[in-house]
Amino acid sequence: MSGPQESSATPDELSATARQIRQDIIRMTYHAGSGHPGGSLSVTDLVTALVFHELRIDPEHPEWPDRDRLVLSKGHAAPALYSALAHRGFFDPKILRTLRELGSPLQGHVDHRKLPAVEASTGCLGQGIGMAVGMALDARLARRPSRVYAILGDGECQAGLTWEALMAGGHYALDNLVVILDRNGLETDGKTEDLMGIEPIAEKFRAFRYETSEIDGHSFPEILEALHRARSTHGHPTAIVARTVKGKGVSFMENKHAWHGKPPNREEAERALAELGGTL
Amino acid sequence: MPEWKSESLRDAYGQTLVELGDRDPSIVVLDADLSGSTRTALFGKKYPDRFFNVGVMEPTMMTIASGLALGGRTVFASTFAVFAAGQAYNAVRQSVCYNRANVKIVATHGGLLVGGDGGTHQMLEDIALMRSLPGMTVVVPADAPTTRAAVLAIASFDGPAYVRLTRENLPVLTDGQFALGQATQLREGSDLTIVAIGAMLARALGVAETLHQSGIEARVLDFASIKPADEKALLRAARETGAILTMEEHNVLTGLGTLVASAVGTGYPVPLRQVGVPDLFGESGDPWKLLDNYGLSEKHALDEAWALLKVRGKVS
Ligand SMILES: Cc1ncc(C[n+]2csc(CCOP(=O)(O)OP(=O)(O)O)c2C)c(N)n1
Repeated sequence: MSGPQESSATPDELSATARQIRQDIIRMTYHAGSGHPGGSLSVTDLVTALVFHELRIDPEHPEWPDRDRLVLSKGHAAPALYSALAHRGFFDPKILRTLRELGSPLQGHVDHRKLPAVEASTGCLGQGIGMAVGMALDARLARRPSRVYAILGDGECQAGLTWEALMAGGHYALDNLVVILDRNGLETDGKTEDLMGIEPIAEKFRAFRYETSEIDGHSFPEILEALHRARSTHGHPTAIVARTVKGKGVSFMENKHAWHGKPPNREEAERALAELGGTL
Repeated sequence: MPEWKSESLRDAYGQTLVELGDRDPSIVVLDADLSGSTRTALFGKKYPDRFFNVGVMEPTMMTIASGLALGGRTVFASTFAVFAAGQAYNAVRQSVCYNRANVKIVATHGGLLVGGDGGTHQMLEDIALMRSLPGMTVVVPADAPTTRAAVLAIASFDGPAYVRLTRENLPVLTDGQFALGQATQLREGSDLTIVAIGAMLARALGVAETLHQSGIEARVLDFASIKPADEKALLRAARETGAILTMEEHNVLTGLGTLVASAVGTGYPVPLRQVGVPDLFGESGDPWKLLDNYGLSEKHALDEAWALLKVRGKVS
């Protein structure tokens, strides 16, 4: 089997999809009564670009060995990935409303055991990059064309495990590995630079031997271009520092760390959905 | 059953930390980007100079805590149980325990009652990990008053300690009469003893009350002080009541049940049953429904109690 044709969504189409996903994030966290809207909204455009444009994946053949892999290392942004996978055809969007319910495959943190379309279970920060490195090594050993994409949070860049794994990716010169940083500037308790500064972050990636670019993580043309460039990078892994806004798309959630791990109540959800052109 | 009022163990922790900070200017508190959830933020607000929120780096938080403690301070370090005992395990083992550093780890979000965050966050192995470290004191309070007493107790000696708290509010069952190395008897009885910790203590009292309606009197012990353990109370319970039921929100292979089995099995063997989480990871869901689904329902515990009473010949 040769696998699917590369999808060729335009930036406008991706924007429309991202808006759907943002609506889902609000509905899902509202219904669940818990979850992480802020970091899901900041990562939405990155996830959308990957799932609807860049990744060579096939909902008809989810276990196609040559597929690309996406590891959401910041596993608490689960609603964004679940919604994207559902709309891409991996499962029925109807079950999105069961987020965090007993028996649902949609666990609070992305879960490979209960939802195989998720490539790796994460939730404890710092472990996704290492699993991505392992997958990239596996593809190289097996001479598979698979590429591996990992998304990490900026708070997650404080964790030592993250840097150990990044070091391994640089050392093994994994040019089939792309690490994307959701640089929204906030974590649970406040600003990343106030708690434990990670700057100069792009220089750190470069020092770890990553071909590194900095982009606007809400601009589809910039995201697609950076991903395209990564495909033609040889001898080094790629890092993309994507500047984003936590809570993006919902005015009262933007740049507020209080929305890291707090779901909207009914009134807030309705207000958020009105801004996103949707309803509960 | 009386209607107990529920209180937050985490609030009790945060408030007690502030109290300690008022009293002892050498106390330092660390957190790893969860200070709102663990309530160390209360201390941080009042004593910003003695509060270090180090970000997402739990193992390094423990090593920094050790360094601060080796200079003579009492250091509190908090995060969720899965990160304190799991992510940071070897830092706790070497930097804290091997050095005998005066670090008090107070971990919130132990057990299934984490709820929605799911199995990755529901720590069911921390009692095993922490209890097996030489020199480590381990406490699992069942309510807010015990939390306060336990935090004061661990602050009063020089050496490492681990306290496991629950995210959910829990019913106030005690007046905070807690002492390290002592089980607290909440109900007298001679037909059976129920030894319980944490959120299971209320269910243990529920089982005892139901048994009482049938004329069976169960002794109930709050075993908050896991280490040092009150072996005398366990042997007394074995001798005087002849059967023991343990109840814990932890992997049943490696927690309170095995502690009690080992003490009783070597000291005064009697029939014993263990209510705990089977050898599984948890999952997302309503916290209290999760307890029921993972073998911790009051009904299941009651069945186990009746099974023990049958073995003892107390009922046919
Ligand atoms: C090892 C670990 N420590 C702590 C947590 C709890 N936690 C979940 S999200 C989060 C903040 C993460 O910040 P960031 O990586 O910037 O995520 P984002 O802001 O993009 O949501 C924390 C501390 C965790 N999941 N894993």
